[in-house]
Amino acid sequence: MRRMLEKTLGGMALALALVTGAAAAEGPETLTRDWPQQGVFGTYDRHALQRGFQVYSGVCAGCHSLEYMAFRNLESLGYDEDEIVAIAAQYTVMDGPDDAGDMFERTAVPSDHKPAPFANEQQARAANGGALPPDLSLITKARAGGEDYIYSLLVGYEEPPAGVEVPPGMNYNAYFPGHQIAMAQPLYDGMVEYQDGTQPTISQMAADVTQFLAWVAEPKMEERKRTGIKVMLFLLILAIIFYAYKRRIWADVH
Amino acid sequence: MADTGTLTADGETRRDFLGIVAWSGLGIGAAAVVWPLVYSMNPSADVLALSTTTVDLSGIEEGMAITVMWRGSPVFVRHRTTAEIDEAEDVDIDTLRDPEADSARVTKPEWLVVSGVCTHLGCVPLGNKPTEPRGEYGGWFCPCHGSVFDTSGRIRQGPAPTNLPVPPYAFESDTSILIG
Amino acid sequence: MSTETAKPVFKNGIARWIDDRLPLLSWAQAEFVDYPAPKNLNYWWNFGSLAGIVLVLQILTGLFLTMHYTPHTDMAFASVEHIMRDVNFGWLLRYAHANGASMFFIVVYIHMFRGLYYGSYKAPRELLWMLGVVILLLMMATAFMGYVLPWGQMSFWGAKVITNLFSAVPIFGETIVTWLWGGFTVDNPTLNRFFALHYLLPFVIFAVVFLHILALHQFGSNNPVGIDITKKDKIPFHPYYTIKDAFGLCVFFMVYGAFVFFAPNVLGHADNYIPANPLVTPAHIVPEWYFLPFYAILRAITFDIFWIIPAKLGGVIAMFGAIAVLFVLPWLDTSRVRSARFRPIYKWLFWVFLADCVVLGYVGANPPEGWLPTIGLLATIYYFAHFLIIMPLLGKLERPLPLPDSINKPVLPASGAATAQPAE
Repeated sequence: MRRMLEKTLGGMALALALVTGAAAAEGPETLTRDWPQQGVFGTYDRHALQRGFQVYSGVCAGCHSLEYMAFRNLESLGYDEDEIVAIAAQYTVMDGPDDAGDMFERTAVPSDHKPAPFANEQQARAANGGALPPDLSLITKARAGGEDYIYSLLVGYEEPPAGVEVPPGMNYNAYFPGHQIAMAQPLYDGMVEYQDGTQPTISQMAADVTQFLAWVAEPKMEERKRTGIKVMLFLLILAIIFYAYKRRIWADVH
Repeated sequence: MADTGTLTADGETRRDFLGIVAWSGLGIGAAAVVWPLVYSMNPSADVLALSTTTVDLSGIEEGMAITVMWRGSPVFVRHRTTAEIDEAEDVDIDTLRDPEADSARVTKPEWLVVSGVCTHLGCVPLGNKPTEPRGEYGGWFCPCHGSVFDTSGRIRQGPAPTNLPVPPYAFESDTSILIG
Repeated sequence: MSTETAKPVFKNGIARWIDDRLPLLSWAQAEFVDYPAPKNLNYWWNFGSLAGIVLVLQILTGLFLTMHYTPHTDMAFASVEHIMRDVNFGWLLRYAHANGASMFFIVVYIHMFRGLYYGSYKAPRELLWMLGVVILLLMMATAFMGYVLPWGQMSFWGAKVITNLFSAVPIFGETIVTWLWGGFTVDNPTLNRFFALHYLLPFVIFAVVFLHILALHQFGSNNPVGIDITKKDKIPFHPYYTIKDAFGLCVFFMVYGAFVFFAPNVLGHADNYIPANPLVTPAHIVPEWYFLPFYAILRAITFDIFWIIPAKLGGVIAMFGAIAVLFVLPWLDTSRVRSARFRPIYKWLFWVFLADCVVLGYVGANPPEGWLPTIGLLATIYYFAHFLIIMPLLGKLERPLPLPDSINKPVLPASGAATAQPAE
């Protein structure tokens, strides 16, 4: 009977893999990387996150908003309170109305969310040739392929193969579904100067900003896994205890 | 719950022990499930992040007061006149229901910062606007049940048990304070 | 119900005083402590109580989620992110609730297949089974409406596609759909009513579960041998099955926890992390995994039936028919024997049917290209043939193995070997 249970569970896992795996297979195959946040014990690499934040601020932030990130969240990247206040102070946010009923601009504080580069979708489209730069706060969770896909997309700009016509305003990307992407190649070697001296190659910057975006999408991942390990250990022990107890209680039944 | 069912002579103690461990383990597990549920009702991170408010004092003339929001409730910031300060300081504190010296309630005597929530049942007392009644003692008057507060925000008449509390605040400069 | 057990006398004076006036304690004692259960139930019988526990957990996590959620098209998505980022343990509540829905279906599907294998739906337990099918239907409605609440792309388009099913109803279709939406498309009124109903239905489920247990305790649990058993082959529910269930619960929680803590999004769809956009349809609209077989049946009918039923209506009828047929299963199965252990042919056809459901799930998960629509149609035909043709005929044609007089005989020698080996 236990064998039957095992077999069925195995079969279910197989069926699940078939069903979910099949659904995920859309678009070109992406590059794969070993991300430090992967796996049961995976954690974010704080240095990579800080570098990624630098890449985001210097390169992506011009067009892409980060709606769900508040400056106070940067604490978990390893910045202290003063640094966060200083980072927030680089931005102005709209506040109000004041006593006269007017809206006014003020310096951002840690409790503010990062202001978006465009006031609304229409303005964003108008400034980007009709294309809408998506908000990036959930991007690694909102794309099949997750981190691998985002990384591949960022390093995937190349000359279109012979015979492929790319219309004006579009760019060829090896990993974008359909290969025609409105976003121009965002990263070039040496584009940002890393404070920690890391070489700012395209793939380095792409990997860093991808990790940063993964953190923005799932800031509670480390807490979740830490809690999970404790819960699993507790359940394992309790299961063993109950199994022994069950064996003992049932010993006189047959 | 701790009932371990039918017992036989042999192995009785071990089964008992096992049962106690098992059932209490399950109880701990159930508590561990309930705890995050209940704890989730505490203030969330975004609410806690808004727990400070900066107030610009430059526009408040002597004798006037403003109401600002701090943690979702009103806080009164009053620019007191010399007469009001004297009145607050001259009271014999032993006669008060909630004895507290005025000096213990202010950082700078001309600025009084007190919670705008009546300590009786949570109404907002009147007296911040010039058109509103300030009560017999020149401070605030709570319209709900008639509590009267003086120019230091102390309870003088009516049902409120304690003075209007002073929220934590600090002067960032001569013209601005940070509450919280 | 259990008239043979004498009314228990409580040692505690307060308990005795209350129980004299309100016999709640003696009822609970009779139904959940003294309840005589067959002593040969295997681990497949764990899934019933497991389903009850998952239901309670879903109601609890859901209750606390509603304290932070905002049912408005402008704020729903952001309020879910607020739960994930700012609310204390919010990520745990949401992941537990979202994966809990999947776990609920896994547990209930296993519970149902167990019933199919051991003939638990057969007389005198027909109403017990039918109440179970009602619970399944309510669960499906609840899960569907719950999936709309985060107001992501899949929420919106799933809601749109499924509510549009009702437009297949002749004459009144459009009126019904407009009524369901409370507007001219899925919008804020739809979200609000789905929220209200998503909150209500679990309590209806809870009530039907209560009836389900009432019906179960009328004749007692079926057992792997499938024969009616005497009192001496029964043991009290507590401590035997409470402990066994607690062990099963620990194991189940490890599976549940593996999803919640280490793979919270594998059962979901990436598109639901994009806020709903009524102007852009996702490339593939795929329902949650537990709906996939039914979705495949819906899509299998791509042709008009007998020139009278249009394909759209045909698909909807087939999909609802796939559940409706479960209601009449107790009368479709003509076999005298309950348990598949003593039905040499059905034992195999059960696994074929299970495989058919997996095939339907696979077809439902993938875009209808290549051979898949044909496979989907064949699998759909087999699904109905299993219930409408095989079950009635097999009962007449199959020669069951001799049934034992008591469960003691077949249970003792190696219980593992006695059960069917899966075909897969």
